[in-house]
Amino acid sequence: MSVETERSSTESSAASGLDFEDTALTLTLRLPGSAPAPAAVAASLSSSSSSAFPDADRKRASSDANPDRSSPLAASSDAAPAPKARVVGWPPVRSYRKNALADVAGSSKANQAAKFVKVAVDGAPYLRKVDLQAYAGYDQLLRALQDKFFSHFTIRKFADDERKLVDAVNGTEYVPTYEDKDGDWMLVGDVPWKMFVETCQRLRLMKGSEAVNLAPRAAR
Amino acid sequence: MTYFPEEVVEHIFSFLPSHSDRNTVSLVCKVWYEVERLSRRAVFVGNCYAVRPERVVLRFPNVKALTVKGKPHFADFNLVPPDWGGYAGPWIEAAARSCVGLEELRMKRMVVSDENLELLARSFPRFKVLVLISCEGFSTDGLAAVASHCKLLRELDLQENDVEDRGPRWLSFFPDSCTSLVSLNFACIKGEVNSGALERLVARSPNLRSLRLNRSVSVDTLSKILARTPNLEDLGTGNLTDEFQAESYARLTSALEKCKMLRSLSGFWDASPICVPYIYPLCHQLTGLNLSYTPTLDYSDLTKMVSRCVKLQRLWVLDCISDKGLQVVASSCKDLQELRVFPSDFYVAGASAVTEEGLVAISSGCPKLSSLLYFCHQMTNEALITVAKNCPNFIRFRLCILEPKKPDAMTGQPLDEGFGAIVRECKGLRRLSMSGLLTDRVFMYIGKYAKYLEMLSIAFAGDSDKGMMDVMNGCKNLRKLEIRDSPFGDVALLGNVAKYETMRSLWMSSCDVTLKGCQVLASKMPMLNVEIMNELDGSSEMEENHTDISKVDKLHVSEMEENHTDLSKVDKLYVYRTTAGARDDAPNFVKIL
Repeated sequence: MSVETERSSTESSAASGLDFEDTALTLTLRLPGSAPAPAAVAASLSSSSSSAFPDADRKRASSDANPDRSSPLAASSDAAPAPKARVVGWPPVRSYRKNALADVAGSSKANQAAKFVKVAVDGAPYLRKVDLQAYAGYDQLLRALQDKFFSHFTIRKFADDERKLVDAVNGTEYVPTYEDKDGDWMLVGDVPWKMFVETCQRLRLMKGSEAVNLAPRAAR
Repeated sequence: MTYFPEEVVEHIFSFLPSHSDRNTVSLVCKVWYEVERLSRRAVFVGNCYAVRPERVVLRFPNVKALTVKGKPHFADFNLVPPDWGGYAGPWIEAAARSCVGLEELRMKRMVVSDENLELLARSFPRFKVLVLISCEGFSTDGLAAVASHCKLLRELDLQENDVEDRGPRWLSFFPDSCTSLVSLNFACIKGEVNSGALERLVARSPNLRSLRLNRSVSVDTLSKILARTPNLEDLGTGNLTDEFQAESYARLTSALEKCKMLRSLSGFWDASPICVPYIYPLCHQLTGLNLSYTPTLDYSDLTKMVSRCVKLQRLWVLDCISDKGLQVVASSCKDLQELRVFPSDFYVAGASAVTEEGLVAISSGCPKLSSLLYFCHQMTNEALITVAKNCPNFIRFRLCILEPKKPDAMTGQPLDEGFGAIVRECKGLRRLSMSGLLTDRVFMYIGKYAKYLEMLSIAFAGDSDKGMMDVMNGCKNLRKLEIRDSPFGDVALLGNVAKYETMRSLWMSSCDVTLKGCQVLASKMPMLNVEIMNELDGSSEMEENHTDISKVDKLHVSEMEENHTDLSKVDKLYVYRTTAGARDDAPNFVKIL
């Protein structure tokens, strides 16, 4: 059943003949609030209007009283496929494989055996994933980030319980931040661990210089 | 030659295993045709609509092994509408009427119903092998029928099928007398199986060599099964979550260590990093490893395992392995021949963890590499040129840069020169899939150098008709050409129409061909079926709306529509040669010209 519905929704959003370039451009460059081109409507229906914004805009949008943002629907749609992935059949991965991998991800969410979130590091070209359920607390998580992914990082702890990761090679400081269910970017460590595991949508190791603007909001 | 008795000719023919050789000898004279057709044991039909099933079984009444392929390859990626066709029914019915000696049936991308499986189960008393790949339309009830009636079943291989699950009982239908299983693969079945029935079935199958379980089978069941199958060569594990205790895994390790013949591992459903070290003792003997359904393992887990697999020839893995991990593969797996790197997160273009770096590392560390499928974030010409020089033995080269039309990541140039190097250096290349920014130039290279290319997949590439024409005129051995979202039109389609009779099929979707062009092709080449499909068929809806208007009006309207649509683009085009004429099971959104 689920296969069928997925298929029909992708097919309809394909709106045959819709050139990929058109779709991507319309979706990514549209100004907030401006009317979408009719062709793009199908593709943008399920993704919240701000999902295509860079993080800077996202923060601004979330601080506005935007009703969409605070609803759980909007939060979940944030994780929805990026508009670029909406080209039917691209990348050419068998639908069987897609469904099987989705099943794995879905079931691990269901039984709380694992909670994978993406980790982005400013300046690194790709993302990583960590299983938050695999760690007992913040210290373990940071150590894992340090050990598993960024071997040249060291953890530096500050008096106010703030943690930073420092790149031992070039001295750049990274502040671990996370996006919560409301789509707000917060400093890692400011809520109890369990609550963090429940609400964390993704992690980002922000360059210290950029995280300055974030601190007052997170401390609020 | 006439002085040879027919028995002698037949005996000589038995030394010709290849289909093409047998096709060739059958053309020599009437006697050879007769001898060949009556002695043919294996028949391969690459396109189920290229010939009528009745014709096949009439010509080869003694066929024992039949292979039939259905939908076009792009159906794998949802580009072929559901209900397009590719039904197994007519084939199984025809065989049931005329070839009761059938022992083996292999089908790919076909729609197989439970009734079809039921008929199969009851019609062929010596049936031994059923292989279904990427098929749909059946449930575990159909499998239960096969299990209960095919008493000599040797192989039940279900690869990536969409099977409706009707409960765990189907596996219990293998009768106690069934002891002939050599290969059992039910990895694609979603629901639970009866673990007691599974253990008993395995216990009474002394010849079992290949066993691929599904996600529902626990570590404990797996350990018990392995104790019964010391001769297993190929294992697909059940789930390897961390819900189990260390003792369970310790038991698994000792069971695995007793399987000295084990060469190939897959499965690893939900594999927890905790379970990985328990596999280590087995790694040194593995030649095949499929970790491509395991998003739960990360770079460090994967590399710790792969670095121990020094005999590995075939590796399927997700891109979580990263470029760094591929460097480990390159330095550890010197015999690697086939590598597939799949995207772990295909919804976000550009988030893939592998790039040209990983591929270059593999190519310099694994000189025997001959088959590649590589989903990556970016690529460069320089890297492709290096890869081509390092690995001239490529037979299959499929590269997917996740973002369409992405240029060389270093220079911003098209990737023409890189793919050009691949076709120039890899002289035996038979299959090529391309992606990234590509102009007509790359097709000039392909037409010039890719003499043995049999299948070419093109997406978002080229600038004009010239690109496709270079391929059509240059690639002498081309069998299958599939193109999507590329600016090739009627001129390219009609440039070399005789070529289509030498090819199995052409697929074009979201290109620039028009209805007019397709009509011209169909009228010029009566041996071809020219199928056109228009998405979410507006026209059939229209027809319904018109049913209440008078005949004259209707005629008038449809005429207008025709004139209007003559030059409109065809959404999807599928062309294939056939001796069967237009098929009669086409749905209303398919028009056969």
